[in-house]
Amino acid sequence: MKSLKAIWTPVYDSLRDLLPIIVVIGFFQLAVLQQPIPNFGEIAIGILFVVIGLTLFVQGLNMGLFPIGENMAYAFASKGSIFWLLCFAFALGFGTTIAEPALIAVAKEAAIVAANGEMIANNEQAMDAYAQGLRVTVAVSVGFAIVLGVFRIVKGWAIQYLIVVGYAGVVIMTFFAPREIIGIAYDSGGVTTSTITVPLVTALGVGLASSIKGRNPMVDGFGLIAFASLTPMIFVMAYGMVV
Amino acid sequence: MPHILSDLFFVIIATIWDVLPIVVIIFGFQLFILRKPIPNLKRILSGFVLVLLGLGFFLEGLEAALFPLGRLMAQQLTDPAFIAGDKAAGVLRWSDYYWVYLFAFALGFSTTIAEPSLLAVAIKANQVSAGSIGIWGLRIAVAIGVAIGIALGVYRIVTGTPLYWYIISGYVFVLIQTMFAPRMIIALAYDSGGVTTSTVTVPLVAALGLGLASTVPGRNPLLDGFGLIAFASLFPIMSVLAYAQLSEWQAGRSKKAKQT
Repeated sequence: MKSLKAIWTPVYDSLRDLLPIIVVIGFFQLAVLQQPIPNFGEIAIGILFVVIGLTLFVQGLNMGLFPIGENMAYAFASKGSIFWLLCFAFALGFGTTIAEPALIAVAKEAAIVAANGEMIANNEQAMDAYAQGLRVTVAVSVGFAIVLGVFRIVKGWAIQYLIVVGYAGVVIMTFFAPREIIGIAYDSGGVTTSTITVPLVTALGVGLASSIKGRNPMVDGFGLIAFASLTPMIFVMAYGMVV
Repeated sequence: MPHILSDLFFVIIATIWDVLPIVVIIFGFQLFILRKPIPNLKRILSGFVLVLLGLGFFLEGLEAALFPLGRLMAQQLTDPAFIAGDKAAGVLRWSDYYWVYLFAFALGFSTTIAEPSLLAVAIKANQVSAGSIGIWGLRIAVAIGVAIGIALGVYRIVTGTPLYWYIISGYVFVLIQTMFAPRMIIALAYDSGGVTTSTVTVPLVAALGLGLASTVPGRNPLLDGFGLIAFASLFPIMSVLAYAQLSEWQAGRSKKAKQT
């Protein structure tokens, strides 16, 4: 009985998380567009998959991603080498972003926009090179962001001052960047942080803040993701100006 | 059924490729720099396997069930013929798009509730704050922010006003809120902007933006189709800060009520 409950509770939680989406799509399909739901069977299987997936993900989060992020944070704090900590931060930011599928998609579309706007030659080679350059730019900017964020936790700076500087950077760059790139640059901030990066980076930040004396995990531990969504905007606009 | 299973297999392989750089970095640093064995290695590895399988199932399920329908719906709802209804086409005003705004709001809210990375941050924030930040409170606050953001972003595409006006005024608003918000919540609120837009939200919202930008007269999908994600990452910051201010104010009031 108890083991049944142990399985049912997380599944029930995942089901509840999905319910709003199912209701929204069902309502708009049936009541607003007034159309039947196509391939009902396939959709039911798909929803079952999503529920299974979400359940497994949350289990794995608590067993794998959170502990390893915190372990690394403690290990770096006890080793006391800021240099290697920052190297790790950069590698984590760069490595997780360069392979991010959402970013690859956005970079491709950005290349089309750039070709249409006659910023680059309208051929495949130039567009590929542009997309590749954009991906590296965003990945470097996320690496830089995590380095900055980790350094902030170590030093205990208040996050809002750095964010103000970042916002000012975005606003200033907006005035100088080509108009075509602005929408993409703003969006690139949101797409860089994937489902695996977020828990890992959050655990790293919280772990660091709880193992460094005088830091409060709540005040200082969060904020890494915030930098990772801010710097790509600035870097992508700079990329649009240079290329 | 068999093709769902073979798709699932490919999605899991693709997810392994995405995770590979992370695994290499973690274990590389662990082995060569830290030179310490990882405690509970077995448990952590099985956790990674669960995350991989979970993401595989999750993405394949979305792709099989919700995305095709959601994309189709975004197209149909933004179709001028549907929006115009009985009216003659060509005289559409921004207020004729009410179903699109409502859909954008509902879609933003519901996809955010299902977003795994937001759930991860909410769990962590709940642990770290010793329960004073509720998992559901944070998630609902973020979801409301995303909903408002996407609805407003859709309005921007319909009216064709420049994106940066909204974003810059949003920044000013966030900074003003920061001055009055409880210090504990600030970093978390800034984070919640970035975590909301990921596996579930981005594909559906992008479809909505592109659909709208290609059907509204005078909009260029390449220029105006972007920007919804930016709205969806900015507005949760405001809603989370507002949520914290509201709960602090409430706590202060009940404290006062007790004292008198």
